[in-house]
Amino acid sequence: MSPLDMSPDLDPRDRGGEQQPLLIVRDLRRHFPIKGAGGRAVKAVDGVSFDVRKGEILGVVGESGCGKSTLARLLLHLIRPDAGELVFDGDQVDAPRGITVAALRRQAQMVFQDSYSSLNPRMPVRDSVAFGPFVQGEPKAKAREIARDMLAKVGLNPDQFGPRYPHELSGGQKQRVNVARALATNPRMVILDEPVSALDKSVEAQVLNLLRALKRQFNLTYVFISHDMNVVRYISDRVLVMYLGKIVELGPVDEIFSHPRHPYTRALLASRPSMDPARRMEEPPVTGDPPNPIDPPSGCRFRTRCAYSEPLCATSEPALSAMGGGHIAACHMLDPASGHSAAGAMS
Amino acid sequence: MSQTVVFPGSAVSPHEDQAAPETRIRSYWQSVGYRLRHDKATVFFGTMVLLIVLSAVLAPWLAPFDPYKESIIGRLKPMGWRGHLLGTDELGRDMLSRLLYGGRVSLLMGIVPVIFATCAGGALGVIAGFMGGKVNTGIMRTMDVFYAFPSVLLAVAISGAMGGGMSNGMLALTLVFIPPMCRVAETATTQVRALDFIEAARATGAGTMTIVRHHVLGNVLGPVFIYASSLVSVSILLASGLSFLGLGVRPPTADWGLMLSTLRQSIYVVPVVCALPGVAIFITSICFNLVSDGLRQAMDVRM
Amino acid sequence: MTRYILQRILYAIPIAFGVSVVCFSLVYLAPGDPLQTILPPDATAETIEIVKKAYGFDKPLPIQFAIWLSKVVTGDFGMSIATRRPVFDEIVMAVGNTGMLVVFAIPLAFSIGFSMGLLAGCFPGKVVDRSVTGIAVFGVSLPNYWLAIVMVIVFAVELSWLPATGMGPKGSDAFSVWRWSDARFLVLPVITLSMIPIGIIARTTRAAIAETRNQDFVQTLRAKGLGEMAVIRHVVKNALPGVLAVMGLQFGYLLGGSILVETVFTWPGSGFLLSKAIVNRDVPVLQGTILVLAVAFVTINLVVDLLQSLIDPRIRRG
Repeated sequence: MSPLDMSPDLDPRDRGGEQQPLLIVRDLRRHFPIKGAGGRAVKAVDGVSFDVRKGEILGVVGESGCGKSTLARLLLHLIRPDAGELVFDGDQVDAPRGITVAALRRQAQMVFQDSYSSLNPRMPVRDSVAFGPFVQGEPKAKAREIARDMLAKVGLNPDQFGPRYPHELSGGQKQRVNVARALATNPRMVILDEPVSALDKSVEAQVLNLLRALKRQFNLTYVFISHDMNVVRYISDRVLVMYLGKIVELGPVDEIFSHPRHPYTRALLASRPSMDPARRMEEPPVTGDPPNPIDPPSGCRFRTRCAYSEPLCATSEPALSAMGGGHIAACHMLDPASGHSAAGAMS
Repeated sequence: MSQTVVFPGSAVSPHEDQAAPETRIRSYWQSVGYRLRHDKATVFFGTMVLLIVLSAVLAPWLAPFDPYKESIIGRLKPMGWRGHLLGTDELGRDMLSRLLYGGRVSLLMGIVPVIFATCAGGALGVIAGFMGGKVNTGIMRTMDVFYAFPSVLLAVAISGAMGGGMSNGMLALTLVFIPPMCRVAETATTQVRALDFIEAARATGAGTMTIVRHHVLGNVLGPVFIYASSLVSVSILLASGLSFLGLGVRPPTADWGLMLSTLRQSIYVVPVVCALPGVAIFITSICFNLVSDGLRQAMDVRM
Repeated sequence: MTRYILQRILYAIPIAFGVSVVCFSLVYLAPGDPLQTILPPDATAETIEIVKKAYGFDKPLPIQFAIWLSKVVTGDFGMSIATRRPVFDEIVMAVGNTGMLVVFAIPLAFSIGFSMGLLAGCFPGKVVDRSVTGIAVFGVSLPNYWLAIVMVIVFAVELSWLPATGMGPKGSDAFSVWRWSDARFLVLPVITLSMIPIGIIARTTRAAIAETRNQDFVQTLRAKGLGEMAVIRHVVKNALPGVLAVMGLQFGYLLGGSILVETVFTWPGSGFLLSKAIVNRDVPVLQGTILVLAVAFVTINLVVDLLQSLIDPRIRRG
């Protein structure tokens, strides 16, 4: 991490100081009840805790259906959590002594995956960008001025692109507009839900570089959600790996990619396409689909697809254990006292 | 902050900026207008509709005779008899004049219920669609009950029970059109509500009313408008039908449906003249139908 | 599957209940006191009280509704004010006569409308398509009561081929569709009634066929080397369930919507009964007929839905 990436000057809105995480997530949980299923529910996010540090890019990876998008929406209270708490820069969100959801949304924004449906088809894109500042109290003229400015900052000529409608833009251009829209309200934190997944590889790189540049310029903090390990490696400072609504591993990006601890992380890394013929598949890549999140497997949720699964894994759920350097993972093999035959050997 | 920022790397790709050629940018409604102007059939039938409406509005100036002036000797005369271009009716009144005047009532009874139903049904549909949950269930299940009646039957039932008359007829038609209108608006709203840009708007902290005004209405208006335009033709047919059954205006007021009904007794004398009010209804209904089809096509822009 | 059928049936019950509430309240839409239709104009205050008690008008509305509903369920719709006969008997006869028209009109409309739509859908944009679309617009824009008059003028008055009105000299009770002397009376009303469904079915079929032809599986069939006729057979099989559903709905619409046509032809069906009831301000008949027709409509919709879900498991609307 270069010193440039660390926030050199603190935001005037900063309250907790440099060491206070921008966002603390504690035991966040959201189950979606299924109609007519006798009270059963999809356990989309099932007790998740982590911190987002000021000025970092936290990558969140996992297969589709693991609860990434739900997590993204929970962080902005677009979906109400069933349980758990969010602490934004020292203030608890939606709590008596803390800050309101509206106040959170003044400081945090989101970029959505589907660049088509995330822009109003009946609005010129400059109005979509100006909507946020307008809603947050800027006069119309000022909001338009901000929109022009933001479009320019994401690399779109405001005179040329501002009056256009979403269907007149390419996927990459639309995603730039989405970024402009998210930044128009001058947030401190941006949650990016698969922002480049729908784009061509060439455009993807451009948008990723734009996001990096903007982060530096506006002193932002990102939560970057993706299913693409390569993208996450490219952009993140730290990486969080999710499986079926739970965190399985979390650590600095280099640590995760060079010393993955959890079998699931390893499988994910092994299954990504590589240009290097020398890189052999050492791990069996993940096969099949993840189990149904309605009735996740007992004990360790990954055991049904894990090559090292033992009877123990079905009965007891592994806790996140620290490996030093801020690297944590949840696997019985990492806990010498767990009783797993490979325990200790892995670490 | 300065407007020109140089990004490192390839953050701003030169070719992407130039990818879109310089074209005139039209708003949605501008492009609909453009398509409509270039659709010859729709322009033609639109002009017809305009002429029909104008002829009804300008009836007092256009009508060659007093539509209520009866004549004992001039009853049921064929077309062209003594300057009566379209003949006379069973009381010797000039058919052309009565058809012109009749258009006023028939068009009014056809169009007004659609306007009222569009406002009421549209509003209910947007509320049901945007609120979802129990509100949606409550509104839509109530609508389902009215859906359970064939439209003609419901119109006849309500206006028949209320004892007929023009305002009762219009009220009945309005009630008939509210449920389908509501359903169209509800479907459109539900679809829009699920899109990410609504969530993005919520993420900026916008309230429900602001989101509905800025982001929902613009997207729901199209389908609602298309449906409303297709209802006009149905409404004119139903309204004339009610008059035909004696549930509309009272004689001697000129109205196409009522004229058709009273002239029915005389089909053995001047069959062609007796069929004329029906021709008027038919032509008006076709024109509105075709304009509505054209509108649907013009507005069906994938955006 | 069974679960879906049960759900669908259970869902129809509150609708039917709502329908009965609407029919019950029709009486209260009528201007003035509903009693006025029953009482002689010179009734004394005492008589009014007695009649009020006898009809249950002195009780609160929900109770009145409950009493009315419990009678209606057993087929007791009260007495007709005009004929003094049980409303139920009149309705049964009338609905039977209307049903006879509809049973002939719908297959006619389906065969013509479907063939037209199939032709148009197979040659989109061609002359056939344009003329079919044109005819279909005519069909749906047509005031069918006017068409009825024109039919009478042409075929009864001018050409004298067919009778203009009624069900023949022997009337409804002795009517037999198998005797031409009786069946002649059916021809004009049936043709007139089938016009609107022809237009609607032609439109639906055209849209369904055109849409199905654009699907990928048709490409696969062609690539497989299937002949055009065989391809069309596949297309029809896929487009049919939607068209059949529309046809079923039209069945219900005609049952309730034949009022204008029946009035012109003085065909003693449910519509004619209704228009007579309106003229005579015969509220029990009005109420009863509308209730029976609406419940029939709900039932038909239900049956159509269930049949469709049997044919095409993709369509299981909740």
